[in-house]
Amino acid sequence: MSNDILAITEHLNGNVADISYEMVGGAKELAAGFGGQAIAIMLGSGMAEQAGTFASDATLYVDDPALAEFNPAAYGRVLAALVEEKSPRLIMFGNTSMGMDLAAWLSVKAGVPCVAYVNHLAVEGGELVATAQIYGGKMAAECVPAGDSAIVSVMAGAFPLDAGQGSTAAEQMASPVSLDDLPIRFTRLIMPEAGDVDITAQEKLVAIGRGIGSDDNIELAEELAEAMDAVLAASRPITDAGWLPKTRQVGKSGVSVKPKLYLMLGISGAPEHIEGMKDAEFIIAINTDADAPIFDVAHYGTTEDLFDVAEAMLEKLE
Amino acid sequence: MNIVVAIKHVPSTADELEINDEGVNLDFDEVDFTINEFDEQAIEQAVLVKEASGGEVTVIGVDVIEELDGVLHTALAKGADKAAKIVGDLEPPIDSHTQARWLADAIGGLTPDLVLTGVQAVDDLDGQIGPMLAAYLDLPYVGVVTGLSVSDGTATVHKEYAGGVMAEFEVNLPAVVGVQAAEKPPRYAPISKIRQMAKSADLEEYEADENVGDSGCEIRKMAKPVSAGHAEMLEGDAEEVAEKIIEILEERGLL
Ligand SMILES: Cc1cc2nc3c(=O)[nH]c(=O)nc-3n(C[C@H](O)[C@H](O)[C@H](O)COP(=O)(O)OP(=O)(O)OC[C@H]3O[C@@H](n4cnc5c(N)ncnc54)[C@H](O)[C@@H]3O)c2cc1C
Ligand SMILES: Cc1cc2nc3c(=O)[nH]c(=O)nc-3n(C[C@H](O)[C@H](O)[C@H](O)COP(=O)(O)OP(=O)(O)OC[C@H]3O[C@@H](n4cnc5c(N)ncnc54)[C@H](O)[C@@H]3O)c2cc1C
Repeated sequence: MSNDILAITEHLNGNVADISYEMVGGAKELAAGFGGQAIAIMLGSGMAEQAGTFASDATLYVDDPALAEFNPAAYGRVLAALVEEKSPRLIMFGNTSMGMDLAAWLSVKAGVPCVAYVNHLAVEGGELVATAQIYGGKMAAECVPAGDSAIVSVMAGAFPLDAGQGSTAAEQMASPVSLDDLPIRFTRLIMPEAGDVDITAQEKLVAIGRGIGSDDNIELAEELAEAMDAVLAASRPITDAGWLPKTRQVGKSGVSVKPKLYLMLGISGAPEHIEGMKDAEFIIAINTDADAPIFDVAHYGTTEDLFDVAEAMLEKLE
Repeated sequence: MNIVVAIKHVPSTADELEINDEGVNLDFDEVDFTINEFDEQAIEQAVLVKEASGGEVTVIGVDVIEELDGVLHTALAKGADKAAKIVGDLEPPIDSHTQARWLADAIGGLTPDLVLTGVQAVDDLDGQIGPMLAAYLDLPYVGVVTGLSVSDGTATVHKEYAGGVMAEFEVNLPAVVGVQAAEKPPRYAPISKIRQMAKSADLEEYEADENVGDSGCEIRKMAKPVSAGHAEMLEGDAEEVAEKIIEILEERGLL
């Protein structure tokens, strides 16, 4: 058993993901509480330079061609071996597409409890207290994982970015386990199609969510956007249904936007959506549910029906 | 292809959520249950694979509070062939490790080629069952998947990253896949068909083994999140609210 904290960093196309630095920053704060070290872990190939950009107490960089791209089977094998060897007090993953594949899997393999969707971590009297967002952001649960080791997956933005950026020299090593005969093989990256308007470049966005109800109602939102000289954006259910192209999706698996105005019609404010629009300069939310989490993020809000408000706005603008 | 889909019923987040008297969970008498939205996607993806490659789709869930049948009947109406539930003297909360173990025991016995779960459930400690199931069954796992096709004992999956980027993987079967979205929007099941399933369908039952361990996570407190701020709410009817929004936007030079 050690009191160290492992922050499992991520990268895509040679770029280290922001959440990696956020985790390292968070790990440094917590390591003091446990009396251990904050150790950044990077798995990759030809990433030695990027591995030296953390403000960690130590960085371990595992280099192998099979780790060049994320692969849940390869990454899982290596991490299980590292965790067994180091038996850390805490292992931090990002609550990201990559982290979500590994955290709970490792929890079973290593026999260590796991708390997902964590947006706050603290050490109280030597105990770890993890606060998780549940019910689509409508509730917060405080958990105390039992035992002397735990896994958490943390939300983007839970810790500040800069505290984790630095220049600690990485210790490079070969994979501690064989990466032959993997049951999963990476074949290629598929980049998003270009062509549609780029919503990240717009000053004003009118964003619609499931509250819009049906395909037929998109027209009303489109008219309102036009009258405001804005462009339509959407939450995931709208693009999944094919009502707007995927390029219009804001959030975790869509794009992050920072417009001057983000006017929201019928979007609840799930953590995955907020991740993509929390930095908008000015946010107005129209949502009939007074408890919708979006009202904690928006500057102005109303619980009037979106159709009534949109129609009234249209009338006044025309 | 023998395809198994693990499905879950969750409290509808469209409802008002109330905390119970002990302050550690929701008051379940006060909420409605719906099928987890990502499980609808998983069912649709399973039926699409069956239609393309042949085979059979079995849906299975843990019947935590005896509200699961409706969800299983709906899945059958949407194209699943068989439905099963894990039953016992169950009392929530039941943690994810325990549920994953029960599911793994039952699903392992079905010798599946492909196991699908939703990428996460909206309610509690999210997104854990799929990877845990894979760990217990000792099968590969890929989650956040939006496209899946099968040929020659291999699944080709598309996994979503941020910004619309996707990675393509080839996965040896059998495997567990966490579905974010099916290749087509989930099909609609008419109420009449669900009713018919409720009358005619046989639900296979598995007894939960009460001696499996627990996750070691204790919920100390549940509360509505404390937020740094709250929107200033615009009062009045829709006309007045529209007027105010336009005023605010004009003041800020946004119109
Ligand atoms: C890995 C992963 C990645 C994801 N990535 C994204 C992402 O990139 N972007 C994203 O948006 N989501 C993403 N999601 C999905 C996310 O979890 C939510 O499901 C989604 O954001 C919900 O969209 P919504 O707010 O439009 O719908 P809902 O949550 O259903 O909210 C609809 C809202 O409309 C309101 N409403 C209904 N009718 C009216 C009316 N007449 N007038 C006013 N208000 C009304 C309701 O009160 C409700 O609050 C992701 C999920 C996962 C698991
Ligand atoms: C009414 C109710 C009340 C509950 N109360 C509590 C509580 O108070 N405290 C507590 O800790 N837990 C409670 N649980 C149990 C909690 O839902 C489990 O911890 C949960 O199954 C863990 O999974 P997750 O949220 O991580 O689901 P996820 O892992 O996010 O779900 C991912 C996917 O796994 C599959 N899956 C998940 N659960 C099941 C299942 N039960 N059967 C079949 N497939 C499944 C589905 O495909 C789902 O899309 C309750 C469950 C229900 C239904």
